Amino acid sequence: MSATILLTSLWIAQGALALAMCLATFRMVRGPRAQDRILSLDFLYVLAMLQLLAFGMRTGNVLYFEGALIIGMLGFVSTVSLAKFLMRGEVIE
Amino acid sequence: MTIDFADVPLWAAIAASAFILLGAGLSLLGAIGLVRLKTFYERLHAPTLATSWGTAGMAIGSMIIFTTGSGRLVLHEILIALFVTVTTPITLMMLGRATLYRDGSEGNVTLPAGYHGPEQDEADLEEEPGEKPGQA
Repeated sequence: MSATILLTSLWIAQGALALAMCLATFRMVRGPRAQDRILSLDFLYVLAMLQLLAFGMRTGNVLYFEGALIIGMLGFVSTVSLAKFLMRGEVIE
Repeated sequence: MTIDFADVPLWAAIAASAFILLGAGLSLLGAIGLVRLKTFYERLHAPTLATSWGTAGMAIGSMIIFTTGSGRLVLHEILIALFVTVTTPITLMMLGRATLYRDGSEGNVTLPAGYHGPEQDEADLEEEPGEKPGQA
């Protein structure tokens, strides 16, 4: 019984996250200026992290947790460097 | 370490499902906001739905499932929640400042009210926060 509840809610959650990723990709493709695309890319990183967390829960495996943590760190570094590039025109001053 | 969903008691399954659905639903709401809001300064707020309670809901659900399924305390998801909570304000503030600088130097019409461009930005950096001469 509890397995049915968990699997159903995890499938729904993964579907919602996939839809959210599609919407973020739409904004990244359409987004009028560079800052909109960077914002969508940052959001896409967060959603990928949540998606991996949900996948790890669905398979009942702890291994995917490290992958989610690494995706979160990469998202932070990439967004900071892109924002610095927008501000100054170079990443490392 | 692998767990079996049959080991998870019913109350824990219901609580974890509620938290997971809350997290995923808030993330979807943030994505809808990212598509629907009109200006960049409004859109800047939408992804924070996913990075605050979206991440927290998924992390709490994961903690409940793995703790009850394995029979020992599993709290390492707190790392993800803490990391995302600390880093999101930094990235979004840097992105917002870069956008203000670009819009100000181009004289863009979507500037927030009361902001007059990069010269004021430099002046704000030099003086103490809270004191703005020339502004009521």
